Amino acid sequence: MTTDELIIATCLKAGKIMVENGSEISRVDDTMTRIAQNAGVVQANTYVTITGVMMSIQGRNATQIASVTKRTIDLEKVAQVNQLSREFAAQQIDLPTLHTRLGQLDQASRSFPLWLQLVGAALVSGPLMIMFRQETINTWPTVVIGTLGYLVFYLLNRYLKIKFLSELVAALFIGFAAEWAYQVGWGTNINDIIIGALMPLVPGVPLTNAVRDILAGNFVSGPARAVEALISAAALGFGIAVVITLF
Amino acid sequence: MGIVGQLILAYLAVLGFGLIINIPRHALNLAGWIGTLTWGFYLIVQAFDGGIVLGSFIGSVGIGVLSSLAARYKKMPSIIFNIPSLVSFVPGSQAYQMVRNFALGKYDQAVGFMLQVVVITGAIALGFLVAELLNQLIAFCRLRWQQVRS
Repeated sequence: MTTDELIIATCLKAGKIMVENGSEISRVDDTMTRIAQNAGVVQANTYVTITGVMMSIQGRNATQIASVTKRTIDLEKVAQVNQLSREFAAQQIDLPTLHTRLGQLDQASRSFPLWLQLVGAALVSGPLMIMFRQETINTWPTVVIGTLGYLVFYLLNRYLKIKFLSELVAALFIGFAAEWAYQVGWGTNINDIIIGALMPLVPGVPLTNAVRDILAGNFVSGPARAVEALISAAALGFGIAVVITLF
Repeated sequence: MGIVGQLILAYLAVLGFGLIINIPRHALNLAGWIGTLTWGFYLIVQAFDGGIVLGSFIGSVGIGVLSSLAARYKKMPSIIFNIPSLVSFVPGSQAYQMVRNFALGKYDQAVGFMLQVVVITGAIALGFLVAELLNQLIAFCRLRWQQVRS
């Protein structure tokens, strides 16, 4: 590999990891340009969208494209790419090392274990329900159903790999479970239970990123993310609506 | 439910959402504190009858500015702090009421809740915009201060 090719491959890898894991577009653009400049390229052109990353070096025959097909949320990886880029800027690591480290980062997933994520879901669903509704009677059913709902979403998303379908099924599960809890007299208000239990699944990251991308002037990626958030919200809403109309 | 209880719950909720979206371990605590502090701003606005919209606006301005400061302090991207902190401000309850009323065919109430969702989301977006302005102002002042000192 020539130096130009290595520079482009490194920048594309960094950009791809960041877009895949939920970074906003202007940050990706910034990081890629920084890496290129620190590698000694005076003028690099980058074009980042939510489904693909492109880069060329001005005046030389080097252009490459990396497509982004899967999108998850893993902000740890975004932070790690940021950290590696900083180390490269401070000349603590050289370009080939940066390339291999990015490759390792892409392979290894350092996410929290499942049980800790379930604790997270419980912490989101219970407290938010109390904050929104100012009452504590329905706390335990909300916590339990919220945790199980997130578990359903997590397992389905792992084996099914269609995010919207997993969200729909999880919403259906939450709806039926809340109805069941209400029928057996465990909870007193089915609406409160559903609101709390849905909170871990609410598309907060795509929505925030959509707003930020649009404000930064990225009119390709911002609306695309907004559509993603809207479809997630529609999947959740449809699941709940089915349960409401059934009972 | 007292104010202290609400603040503790806000901290726990931000921590929980941070665990779900996998933010780095040593950023969890700081993100939780940002969430607590901005929920405090929200409660103050509520205490003066400011309404949900103004509360969300002030809260998101606070999240934007504090996240930027935290990002500079911890040398991490600012989205690590502002996405989990925002979880308490997402209009989840109104969005649910909107879907529920649409499903039940009560369109007048559904549209009312939809407008609330749109206005709150708009307030949060506007808050981020104002926060961006303040961040640039802070960065400018910081630069000037360093020039004056040296």
